[in-house]
Amino acid sequence: MSMRAAIAGFVHDGDTVCLEGFTHLIPTAAGHEIIRQGRRDLTVVRMTADIVVDQMLAAGCVTRLVSSFVGNSSAGSLGELRRRVESADPAPLAFEEYSHYGMVCRYLAGSQRLPFYPLRSYGGSDLPSVNSDLRKVTSPYPGPDGESEQIYVVPPVNPDVTIIHAQRADRSGNTQMWGLTGIQAEAVYAADKAVVVVEEIVDDEVIRSDPNRTLVPAHAVDAVVRCPRGAHPSFAQGYYDRDNAFYRAWSHISKDPQRLRDWLDEWVRGTADHAEYVEKLGEEFWAGLAVGEALSEPVNYGRRL
Amino acid sequence: MTTTAPGALTPSELLSVVASRELAARRTVFAGIGLPTLATELARLTVAPDIEVVYESGVCGAHPSQLPETIADAVLITGAEAVISMPMLFGCVLQGGHIDIGFLGAAQIDRWGSLNTSVIGDWDSPSVRLPGSGGGVEVMANSREVFVVMRRHDPRSFTAELDFCTTPGPDRALAEGIRSLGAGVTRVITELGILAREGVGDELRLVAVHPGVTVERVRAATGWDLRVADTVEEVPPPTEEELRLLREDVDPDRVYLR
Repeated sequence: MSMRAAIAGFVHDGDTVCLEGFTHLIPTAAGHEIIRQGRRDLTVVRMTADIVVDQMLAAGCVTRLVSSFVGNSSAGSLGELRRRVESADPAPLAFEEYSHYGMVCRYLAGSQRLPFYPLRSYGGSDLPSVNSDLRKVTSPYPGPDGESEQIYVVPPVNPDVTIIHAQRADRSGNTQMWGLTGIQAEAVYAADKAVVVVEEIVDDEVIRSDPNRTLVPAHAVDAVVRCPRGAHPSFAQGYYDRDNAFYRAWSHISKDPQRLRDWLDEWVRGTADHAEYVEKLGEEFWAGLAVGEALSEPVNYGRRL
Repeated sequence: MTTTAPGALTPSELLSVVASRELAARRTVFAGIGLPTLATELARLTVAPDIEVVYESGVCGAHPSQLPETIADAVLITGAEAVISMPMLFGCVLQGGHIDIGFLGAAQIDRWGSLNTSVIGDWDSPSVRLPGSGGGVEVMANSREVFVVMRRHDPRSFTAELDFCTTPGPDRALAEGIRSLGAGVTRVITELGILAREGVGDELRLVAVHPGVTVERVRAATGWDLRVADTVEEVPPPTEEELRLLREDVDPDRVYLR
């Protein structure tokens, strides 16, 4: 399926959209297509809200954000996000703040259709005072000392659609990832629909030669989109490196609202699709992010003689 | 023990060296990138050869070919001993009690070692929106001890009242009836000296100052009536060997050494 068709078909105005990928394999190209198609009033769920979220905010796609870290990695700030939160400029942003494990537990509850998930965090924190979904319950079982135990719980998250990026999948959606695998599989299972964007679509035999590397089986996937280099400026282990220079540049671009909007007009709205964005960056640029080979040792799955 | 000429030392170098010494005989460290990377790598070369760093991205036992630029740098993954998922990392490794030392930073810290990484000002309409918790809440609740490195030591950062408590120490948790696994913050390392506390019920005390820093200066830079240990040690300045390792082996390109 093309990215255009996948976003048109699976992301609607007002939807709750989860974009996961912990620094690695961030589905940036999907975020850009959401901007191109002008989606509005989205709730974005993402543990580490970073550049692609800042871009979607600036494009006016997002009214609510659910996150546990809102920063431009270690490279500085997200200008648009800060303007939205600090001065409601150009519009207020509803923001639900969690910790990382709080978000992980929301995905775990969501993926397993549980009403809540307990975690040993938040005791004494001010986070529950600004997020009424962080609630405390009494454990139905006695603690190690025989006493009843109080513990915080988080509610499930069940996005309308989860979009992740991965290295490869087969045509039916069996998706293989390696390197940092974060929370993507749980985020897919938590969603009503799931779109997987991959660097390449491979033959069934490639996937079946290493089934343990399939982190998302086809039954959980509704659409597979081939979109090489679709995680830029983040990286795809073994395919291309992180564009650290762009992360640093983003702090400057996003600091100036006009410059940010000009950037979106040129690089997102001014390109027909991600292939054109890739081409506009140029082969010399991509050569700078190329990586060498470091192959894993094959494993022997064995076969009955 | 020889020391380098004064003035040659940058704040990052000083903080890294002092933090590295605190890691003596420690095993598992949960660390971010930047100063904690410098400190843990230097510790590996000096006082803690068996140290294992677990990164928030899920990388365990990294053997990077170059100094990583982020906790998720591809060079951390290639050649690593393990890469685990977020439920494994936060659920089993951290909450399961496998981390000896967590390294955290913050915009604000109070006398009990609770931290603010969310907002300066009011949460609803902050004057500065900071990145927020990340895994800090979990690192604090579940590591046996937490070391905090603060680049700024002034009354706004070392404050009697946090603008917002993102990351509570165990005292605050216990006040709500929730017992934490670890002791919370036990060491705070700054450009002025070292503050320490023992655990629940204890507040931060000044235990050491850098050469040339007076106790009064530290007290004036702290936004509460800072307790002072009976004997305040002087932090031994970085040795030539510590600085050489840091500059030549750990961060030769000065990625983090500022």
